[in-house]
Amino acid sequence: MIEIDSELCKDCKLCISVCPRKLIESSDKMNQKGYYPAIFIEKQLKKEGRKCTGCSLCAIMCPEIAIEVYRA
Amino acid sequence: MKKVFSRPKSLKKAPFHYCAGCGHSILHRIIGEVIDEMNLQEKIVGIPPAGCAVLAYFYFDIDMGEASHGRGAALATGMKRALPDRVVFTYQGDGDIAAIGTAETIHAASRGENISTIFVNNGVYGMTGGQMAPTTILGQHTTTSPGGRKEKRDGFPINLSEMLAVARGSAYIERTAVNSPANILKTKKAIAKAFRVQMEGHGFSLVEVLSPCPTNWKMESVEACKWIDEVMAVHFPLGVLKDTTGDKKDAR
Amino acid sequence: MRGNHVVAEAAVRAGCRFYFGYPITPQNEIPEYMSDRLSKIEGGVFIQAESEIASIHMVIGASMAGGRAMTSSSGPGISLKQEGISFLSALELPAVIVNMSRGGPGLGNIAPSQSDYFQATRGGGHGDYRTIVLAPNSCQELANLTYAAFDLADKYRTPVVILGDGMLGQMMEPVELPPEVQIKKLPHKDWTLTGAKGRPSRFLRSLILDPFEEEELNWKLMRKYERIIKEEVRWETSFADDAKLMVVAFGIAARIAKGAIKRLQDEGMKVGLIRPISLWPFPYKAIKELTKKVKHFFVFEMNMGQMLEDVKLGLDGNGEVHFYGRPGGIILTPLEVSRVISSYYYQKRLG
Repeated sequence: MIEIDSELCKDCKLCISVCPRKLIESSDKMNQKGYYPAIFIEKQLKKEGRKCTGCSLCAIMCPEIAIEVYRA
Repeated sequence: MKKVFSRPKSLKKAPFHYCAGCGHSILHRIIGEVIDEMNLQEKIVGIPPAGCAVLAYFYFDIDMGEASHGRGAALATGMKRALPDRVVFTYQGDGDIAAIGTAETIHAASRGENISTIFVNNGVYGMTGGQMAPTTILGQHTTTSPGGRKEKRDGFPINLSEMLAVARGSAYIERTAVNSPANILKTKKAIAKAFRVQMEGHGFSLVEVLSPCPTNWKMESVEACKWIDEVMAVHFPLGVLKDTTGDKKDAR
Repeated sequence: MRGNHVVAEAAVRAGCRFYFGYPITPQNEIPEYMSDRLSKIEGGVFIQAESEIASIHMVIGASMAGGRAMTSSSGPGISLKQEGISFLSALELPAVIVNMSRGGPGLGNIAPSQSDYFQATRGGGHGDYRTIVLAPNSCQELANLTYAAFDLADKYRTPVVILGDGMLGQMMEPVELPPEVQIKKLPHKDWTLTGAKGRPSRFLRSLILDPFEEEELNWKLMRKYERIIKEEVRWETSFADDAKLMVVAFGIAARIAKGAIKRLQDEGMKVGLIRPISLWPFPYKAIKELTKKVKHFFVFEMNMGQMLEDVKLGLDGNGEVHFYGRPGGIILTPLEVSRVISSYYYQKRLG
């Protein structure tokens, strides 16, 4: 699973474009800097069962080092 | 759950001032990772450029010394000659290294100075508002090439890495990009190799990194990364341009 | 020993282990000597760089790492180094820069002149700063002042310019060379870039975006310059006691003037000489002091009137100044200069 620091995010959407499971999307709530940060939506997709594998592609891509990745 | 990805220790905690989707941010992080993994924090000195990354010393928790525009290779030469057992690297944009700094770079490479250079190529002068750079490609719009770079009026772009590969003192030259996770990992390997080449005394090493500049390219970040693959890399092909070390090792 | 060789040898004895230069007449003997001398000592580094710009930046790099570094050139090359010298001042880095001046402006010629006085003493590059400027007038002074320059540079963390000229560089005179410094015994520098081992990382930079912070740096430099002005003014006077006319000259022009003045003294004229040795800080006070007894000053320089302005500043309105200058690389003989001085002396009815 991943944790995104929404205050660091600048809404470049690169993480969204590289996630192979489409588990990230843009929030509709602005952060302090005026960006709509990326949010991890695995919880919202419980029904579909799409789960994060900790591949870290999002964290590798993220320019702001806003993403931390955890694996079981 | 085990944390498998976090901020490198050799980066200070400061959030980056770079634009959303800027290649500098990605590059700073992977350099930090390399410094961590190779345990270089106590023996490395970096030389930032004039350009968007001029404030790199606010991000890297290492000794850093400012050079005036373009002269990083000369400064690094003087510094490395004084500190032969430390790792000295310059971090330079395309204007810094291939316009005003061309002479210093070519000569440091020719002399085989044991320094490493990270050449951030985003095809524009970012900090000053998007003027034409030596690596702006034909047809590319910038604030000083209205209508797109024209052969007759503005001349051709420069492939500096290919020129440096000819220099007998250069030991390792590779061109990579930071527009996708795969390329980012390749860039990280290349930087680690460049530092290793320096430490083993093979000569001059350089990694040219194609880097997105969404603001001055007037594109979204995702589009900018695509543009690197589809357009920029055609004129600046990725890959190893020179490797005299003969080793097949990678970063790990 | 030849003047240029003296500069190089004195520098090495002062602990200089890093020399970066570029060929330009009339100082080529300096890099040539250094290439040999530094190759024979431990830790000696000599690079003939690709340009004067590259060499000043190599000096900056070596200085950042804590080394005693030097470069040398002549007028056109010193012009190229100005951005680097401004950076050295802003970064508060020690360095020694030797200018063996030649005829100018532009490409000029290779004959000696003193037309780089303004360039040397007014900072020379962009921004509010000054460098210490020392003007030797003999091979012995080339040795003494080059040797002292490294200590001054380290003491004040500032670049020091040795302002010589083509004639001094080529002259051969007997010299007593200073003793070799023991590098390990030099005071430790706690601000250098050496890799952050056992201490927090540090950086050296001159980009200060906040105007208030930038102002503070400028004031800091000014306070340093005030200390230098207090402690480091150097000059020499001759025949000043009963002089009716004081010649003011520096460097090789002072050497020629001294010869002229000896002739005039023999003929009974009361002419003295004040020779600034530090051009920055300039001996304004010493000149003003002289106006208590002397009202007439004769400035002789090999240029179109540069030190003249500092003399006028020092006189502060007290005293009449006459200027005689020959630019372009013309070297007058003491006899010729004595004729000009004596003609002025009698014109002013000082005899």
